[in-house]
Amino acid sequence: MTQPSEKEALARAAVGAPGPQRRTLGRRVRSTVSAYGFLGPAMALVFVFFIAPGILLLILSFTDLSSANFNDPWNIIGFANFERLFTDPFFPKILRNTVFYVFTTLILFNLGLALVLALVTTSIPRRTGFFFRLVWLLPRLTPSVVYILMWRRIGQADPYGIYNQLFPEVLGASGGNLFLGGSPWTFVILTNGFIGASFGMIIFTSALESIPKDLLTAAKVDGASMWRIIRDIKLPLIKWPLLFIATYQTLSLLTSFEYILLLTDGGPGLFTTEVWALTAYKRAFASYAGNSQWAFGATWAIVLVTVALLLAAVYVKLFKFNELIEEPRIENL
Amino acid sequence: MRVELENLSKSWDGVVGADNITLDIADGELVAFLGPSGCGKTTTLLMVAGIYKPTGGTISFDGQIVNAVAPKDRGIGMVFQSYALYPHMTVFGNISYPLRLQKLEKDEIRQRVQQVVDMMGIGDLLDRKIAQLSGGQQQRVSLGRALVKEPQLLLFDEPLSNLDARLRLTMRGEIKRLQKDLGITSIYVTHDQIEAMTMADRIAVMSKGVLQAYDVPEALYDRPKTLFVAGFVGNPPMNFFDVEIVQADGDFRAKSGGIDLVIPSDRAEKAAAVKGKVVMGLRPEDVDLVDDTSPATEGLTLTGETTVVEPLGREDLVQVSIDGVEMRVLVDKTKGVRVGDNIELAVNTTKIQLFDPETEQSLLWA
Repeated sequence: MTQPSEKEALARAAVGAPGPQRRTLGRRVRSTVSAYGFLGPAMALVFVFFIAPGILLLILSFTDLSSANFNDPWNIIGFANFERLFTDPFFPKILRNTVFYVFTTLILFNLGLALVLALVTTSIPRRTGFFFRLVWLLPRLTPSVVYILMWRRIGQADPYGIYNQLFPEVLGASGGNLFLGGSPWTFVILTNGFIGASFGMIIFTSALESIPKDLLTAAKVDGASMWRIIRDIKLPLIKWPLLFIATYQTLSLLTSFEYILLLTDGGPGLFTTEVWALTAYKRAFASYAGNSQWAFGATWAIVLVTVALLLAAVYVKLFKFNELIEEPRIENL
Repeated sequence: MRVELENLSKSWDGVVGADNITLDIADGELVAFLGPSGCGKTTTLLMVAGIYKPTGGTISFDGQIVNAVAPKDRGIGMVFQSYALYPHMTVFGNISYPLRLQKLEKDEIRQRVQQVVDMMGIGDLLDRKIAQLSGGQQQRVSLGRALVKEPQLLLFDEPLSNLDARLRLTMRGEIKRLQKDLGITSIYVTHDQIEAMTMADRIAVMSKGVLQAYDVPEALYDRPKTLFVAGFVGNPPMNFFDVEIVQADGDFRAKSGGIDLVIPSDRAEKAAAVKGKVVMGLRPEDVDLVDDTSPATEGLTLTGETTVVEPLGREDLVQVSIDGVEMRVLVDKTKGVRVGDNIELAVNTTKIQLFDPETEQSLLWA
């Protein structure tokens, strides 16, 4: 089709001829089609790998599928699994463990230590700061299984662990049975926290470095001490990264269990360090007396997913994430 | 407050930011630090503020050395080019911040902030967020925050550079009036020589970390001590020619190519000692177009062809090619000079400047 001349277009417009409208409609259809064309692959991935498994999981949690009755995979048993879950004698303990593990690691390390590292490494000479951040990133560059097994070797109960052999009397631990033997939570949280802090550290560092130098100079001239500058200027200005990391890390800690699995496997003893996600994994895949209770595991998982979704919604509401979406301000670009 | 800088230096790993700056500022004086970007003016200002630690020399306030005093204890207020307002606070929050840090009573804070915003004419903006303010309003808030502490010394770091031209003009007058009314000693860093000329009691001209000249504006303009000062102060800038000073028939003449000017002997004598070429400076306004009303005098004129004519409104800025050497002159616009005209210019040779090309020092004003 050749381009209509300007005169032609004017004439059409004057008599209200359908030419341009038809083309506009065609263009609209085309642009809609191409928009979905671009969205399509991502939507397909999201559906296949997130939504469909979620639906399957939900259905599964209403069945009694396990390796013991594999011949009747879709036998719906109603809420029996949920009843069993909430009346499990160890349910309160696992819930307490999960809350303790998630929020202690989050506050002390993923937010706390990350913030301290970011504040310190941005206050010292640039190159030194960069070096220390790199050191803190090393665990991220190590395969996580290797990283966890190294910690395990260090912290194993007396008389095996490196720590217990080197410092048997430190911290008043009786019989040198420290860490995995005596304080398994300390150990689990340290192992998680040391690697978890680096994510927040990177995000906070870049946020802190983007604070204009003039603002800090102004605050110093206004009479603010280092502590007041952090409290009054730096923290409010990195509010969004802080809230983002808090949200993101809460959710990822809720679902993380591989560290605990490899370090303590929920022990020592009964459910001492067992968290929700680990229970879900164990019920579904680690066989109890040769029986993998897939459906019961799915029930633990689906409750966890629901809790996580609710928590995410609370965070989004509480932290007013919709305020993040701001009109662009051209003059600031 | 009296401020004295003595041999003040700052360098980072061999890069010199400020080199042996020595100057004094009298109580109540407004001094401008003038120079192109990277000349060390902001570095010097930040040392006075206590943000940078000097690598050499001393800073004294009223005779007391303050090198080791923290910024918050120096009694200074600072205004920035970027305004540096705290974006998460309201106007009230920003202006009251220095007072809140001093842990003053709520009532006193409110009262002092009110006083300042009334003075700045921003009383109705107290509850606004910073992002809701225009540039001019932000600059007023920034000034208010600096003043609310009742500082002994005000430091301005290019405060008007981000404002539009008209607002800059208004704020220029306002800052100067405020500074005089309150009598606060001030340092005003700028690269805009008009700002420096109009506002400052004295101007410190800086280049490459070195203090080039420190004097009242008229002296810098009429008696520049270095080639840099001569070229930097004044707009449009001074014209420079490489000339030779020769003595003939009792007259001193500056000669080079198409240039042959009789120079007043009091000025020329000082340059005669220099063998070879000297640099002659001539301001664009120190010439007149030769026509019927103002006839030419032998030895006091230049002739050339106009290559560019820029109307400035009141006069035309004309670029003239004198035997290949370009020169800018200001000409009355009623003369109607056009591109390609051959014009003759009467030179006010009593205003001529002469510099040593090697040392770049003035031969006239030691």
